[in-house]
Amino acid sequence: MNMKLLNLLDENARTSVEDLAVMTGLTTAEVAQEIAKMEHDGLVRGYKTVIDWERLDSAYVSALIELKVTPQPDLGFEEIAERVMQYSEVETVYLMSGGYDLCVIVKDRTFQDVAMFVAKELATMPTVLSTATHFVLRRYKELDVKLCGECADDRGKISL
Amino acid sequence: MIDYEQLLNPEVVRIQPSGIRKFFDIAEQMDDVISLGVGEPDFPTPWHIRRAGIRSLEQSRTRYTSNWGQRSLRVALHDFVERKYGLSYDPDSEILVTVGGSEAIDGCIRSVVRPGDEVIIPQPSFVCYEPLTRMAGGVPVIVETRAEDAFRLTPEALRAALTPRTRLLILPFPCNPTGAVMRKADLEAIADVLRETNVAVLSDEIYAELTYGGERHVSIASIDGMRERTVVINGFSKTFSMTGWRMGYACGPAPILRQMVKIHQFAIMCAPTTSQYAAEEALKNGDADVADMLEKYDIRRRLVVNGFRRLGLDCHEPEGSFYVFPSIRSTGLTSDAFCEELLYSKRVALVPGTAFGRGGEGFVRVSYCYSVDHLNAALARLGEFLAERKG
Repeated sequence: MNMKLLNLLDENARTSVEDLAVMTGLTTAEVAQEIAKMEHDGLVRGYKTVIDWERLDSAYVSALIELKVTPQPDLGFEEIAERVMQYSEVETVYLMSGGYDLCVIVKDRTFQDVAMFVAKELATMPTVLSTATHFVLRRYKELDVKLCGECADDRGKISL
Repeated sequence: MIDYEQLLNPEVVRIQPSGIRKFFDIAEQMDDVISLGVGEPDFPTPWHIRRAGIRSLEQSRTRYTSNWGQRSLRVALHDFVERKYGLSYDPDSEILVTVGGSEAIDGCIRSVVRPGDEVIIPQPSFVCYEPLTRMAGGVPVIVETRAEDAFRLTPEALRAALTPRTRLLILPFPCNPTGAVMRKADLEAIADVLRETNVAVLSDEIYAELTYGGERHVSIASIDGMRERTVVINGFSKTFSMTGWRMGYACGPAPILRQMVKIHQFAIMCAPTTSQYAAEEALKNGDADVADMLEKYDIRRRLVVNGFRRLGLDCHEPEGSFYVFPSIRSTGLTSDAFCEELLYSKRVALVPGTAFGRGGEGFVRVSYCYSVDHLNAALARLGEFLAERKG
């Protein structure tokens, strides 16, 4: 597994195979093969785009929901995590250390939609003990990408 | 009425600010320019280094330091150059903290050069050596390095330039603008020429930490018999992305450094105190940051070298600094004309090789202190420019 290649993909999944080859010193065939293998092995799970939804009128709202749950014998948190994952509104599910168990990030059209989703779907699951919903008010940086402000180059155009 | 003609020092008046200042001004004023013209890192100073500067301010560390620089910083420098280059200098008499590498270069030249003394300057190279030599009353002797020699200084060229009046050799490697490095064997050959002379060496190693391909930088001071005649000059600007902090240093034999510290003492007093605190943090805990930036530079370097070659321009493999120095001879244009036409027609700013000495004719300097997207956008415009010229 080529860490350099993986880091480059992590930075920008759209870098062409040709550029990746030049940047890593591999051939294009080797790069294509490595990527196919990483996808096949499940190391690379998918490619997404970082979108600044706030720029659109039809923006989404996101909320981080803390779930406290009763772990099930043998299954632990797996079963509940699997169930929560099924919803298309759910973007992210993490098992957490500390004050609560599952961190669930939900994305939907309106605050109301998110609130109702939590109230109707998550809070009512048999093993869920409590929920706490934190709405995202502004996204400054996501997946290493800045979402606010232009990063102007303050160096001038030429210096020796 | 005051007569400035009479008043001003003709030696200073004669020095041109920069032969291509006009071109720079045009580029600065143009909109939508994609520049590959900047000689400084795009990375911000790593946060823990900035934090160390801030902390020193919070603790009111805002006074002068020793003229030599804070002792703890000099000790850290001693450890750093030993660890990195196998060099050993006494923190109390052989290490001077300066305002950027430039001040150290000036101080070294002024400490060594007497009026009429010759200073050998390999070119293409950074622009300060020639004017600083002239202002010290010295006579610059230019040795042009060649693409065929990978822009290295050869012992033959050096020998041919030596005269009884030679006082100082400037050794600017890794090199801005060529990206050339001197390997250990190259330095040994230079040392063989110098050993029987009474010529000092100013080794400007500001890009020492930015070399590619696994082989580490070698300082000429580590070659047998060279330490006693060499002043090693380095700094924090390029290595740690700290250009605005203005931190440099010189390491060398005490008899020379004692002169340099006098000039420094009277002209400067001491390097900025805040910056000294930040610099110490950089030396002690900055290795991982440098490794990270180096990997990013290397990725860009490969991309740009490949980009120029793909466009049909000859490009020697730069092994150090953060510049690529491709040849534009195949276009039939001079460096100046190439850069001007490219700027006007495609709004891409490069620096003509001639900005770094006459030997830079036929080449352009390309900085890769830019994001991959920025570099690719510039290469695309350059491709259009070359295609349209051919068509």
